[in-house]
Amino acid sequence: MTVTDVARESVASALEQAPVVSHLNPLPSYDLADHPVPTGREEVWRFTPIKRLRGILDGEPSDARLEWDTSVPEGIEISTITAEQARELGELPPNERPAALAVARSGGAALIDVPAELAPGEPLVIRLTGASVDDLVWGHLVFRIGNHADVTIVLLHSGSARYCATTSFLVGDGARVNVVSLQDWADDAVHLGRDAIRVGRDASVKHTSVSFGGDVVRMHANVEYAAPGGEAELLGLYFADAGQHLEHRLFADHNQPRTKSNVAYKGALQGQGAHTVWIGNVLIRKVAEGIETYEENRNLVLTDGCQADSVPNLEIETGEIAGAGHASATARLDDEQLFYLRSRGVSDVEARRLVLHGFFNDLIRKVGVPSLEGRLTQTVEVELAKTVLAGVPLGASLILPVEEVAD
Amino acid sequence: MSTLEITDLHVSVNTEDGPKPILNGVTLTIKDGETHAIMGPNGSGKSTLAYSIAGHPKYTVTGGTVTLDGEDVLAMSVDERARAGLFLAMQYPVEVPGVSVSNFLRTAKTAIDGESPKLRTWVKDVNNALQALDLDPTFASRSVNEGFSGGEKKRHEIAQLELLDPKVAVLDETDSGLDIDALKIVSEGVNRFASKGNKGVLLITHYTRVLRYIKPDFVHVFVAGRIAEQGGAELADQLEAEGYDKYTSALR
Ligand SMILES: Nc1ncnc2c1ncn2[C@@H]1O[C@H](COP(=O)(O)OP(=O)(O)O)[C@@H](O)[C@H]1O
Ligand SMILES: [Mg+2]
Repeated sequence: MTVTDVARESVASALEQAPVVSHLNPLPSYDLADHPVPTGREEVWRFTPIKRLRGILDGEPSDARLEWDTSVPEGIEISTITAEQARELGELPPNERPAALAVARSGGAALIDVPAELAPGEPLVIRLTGASVDDLVWGHLVFRIGNHADVTIVLLHSGSARYCATTSFLVGDGARVNVVSLQDWADDAVHLGRDAIRVGRDASVKHTSVSFGGDVVRMHANVEYAAPGGEAELLGLYFADAGQHLEHRLFADHNQPRTKSNVAYKGALQGQGAHTVWIGNVLIRKVAEGIETYEENRNLVLTDGCQADSVPNLEIETGEIAGAGHASATARLDDEQLFYLRSRGVSDVEARRLVLHGFFNDLIRKVGVPSLEGRLTQTVEVELAKTVLAGVPLGASLILPVEEVAD
Repeated sequence: MSTLEITDLHVSVNTEDGPKPILNGVTLTIKDGETHAIMGPNGSGKSTLAYSIAGHPKYTVTGGTVTLDGEDVLAMSVDERARAGLFLAMQYPVEVPGVSVSNFLRTAKTAIDGESPKLRTWVKDVNNALQALDLDPTFASRSVNEGFSGGEKKRHEIAQLELLDPKVAVLDETDSGLDIDALKIVSEGVNRFASKGNKGVLLITHYTRVLRYIKPDFVHVFVAGRIAEQGGAELADQLEAEGYDKYTSALR
């Protein structure tokens, strides 16, 4: 099926819950024909270095897999289902070529079942390790989280691969879910990922995307709501080094009344050609009265030669909202902060370290997985060692324009 | 023994249109045990003097010398100056989000002393220092200056002064914006510091009221980037009565 603008409009007016009119969020479809190979000029691809995706978008079949190593709390079941079964479970269908390819090429999905009311004290940890960037790996996962379950899910990506995956989180009524996806790849890895979340009635979901490694990482975090009263907190933390492209695309689709979304992403960039992209899309549909949304992206540019693209985008179709706002800022390390610390005897290097840890600290604390906090702090430390602690000059002492909008 | 000696100091501020001269030859010696008050109208260059002593990158010294016990302060980096025994309580203390007061204080104390403070006594020392400035212990876990009221920021500066225990303290309008209770608390902190002996204090202020609580040995009237007159505490009373007009009109 090819969807024209006209068709899209008529669908939208026929159905209150119709798919989105926004050009940034095409109609979902399993049909690859609906998702042509991008040229790089499309709005959703214009920031992405398509050539460096190493042919993933061509969609060649491949049997290569990431190695799975799991810590599974009692009561949680992992099984394999067919793509059809995933569809019948009500996963979030692909809205972009990589996700459509992941479904079409994976030959089935991993189903992770968290029964209703299960509240394991320990997190479910899935360690996914790639063997080589020569491996093209397709991934298809469905997390089904029962009503009133309370679970923490940690996905750790490491090693190397060309990995393209779509992951659905189907969150039951009143459930509490904390998801952390850590992209800690080797330098040459390419990762196209889409985490799509459907939040049940009065459920609350926290999703954190952490990207440090990889040559190109492009992650979606999409949220929609199955019923009123759901809350989603989308957090992110990234650190791009020379030549790295780290892209995070958020979409909060307020398709139900009295729902909440809160987005906070923080990133740092260092080294020639470090590139980060943050796209924060929020759609407030006509039915979505009484919702609250806030999204925020902050970037810290540590050296010359980096680029941080940051685009918040709020589309509002109803006037009856409780609150909506966004902020986006990109700045250098603050000279006044460094001066203040140094005037207390703290060395230049130590002052930079303090300010940078400070920048990430509140976010790391918000992640809410104590066993991961140490690792994240340590990873920040390792990244910092590459420039800040190595005494590499941090460029001119200029504060880039800061844009702050709160409406 | 400690002496801060400022001789014929000329300083420019770096602006978009190039350097702009602010200090036009400041000469001042602060020996230990002495409290000097610098009083002057807004814009006369008081903060420029304070920042220049501390080494703020916005200011360029174009002439003159600053020494601490004979050591060339101007040749030192910002943090070296602090480790040499200089302390600046800022007119506008800076917020450092995500860095807790306790972490900040411990890092600073470690840097100044060259070894980390004894864990057993340190927590108590911090709590006492905060309490002495009427800041409750929860401030230790808050981010440095973030969300502090103006008065809390100033009190936090003086708590740092007492904990870090420098040789010479430069206090840039620490009294501004304080209500009378806070002014007393802050003054008591400065007096406690000064009474340790061998300490120098350079108290920069716009108003005479703080001098009711902190008794200066010398008063310098600061106008247009230089010292226009100096005297004892009685000079402050004269300023109280007559204001700065006499000095500023002389320039016109
Ligand atoms: N960035 C700047 N550009 C231009 N003038 C400046 C800048 N910073 C300070 N000045 C000027 O330097 C002078 C002295 O400022 P300051 O030292 O802050 O005075 P004070 O502390 O006595 O009020 C003022 O006239 C002020 O306008
Ligand atoms: Mg001033």
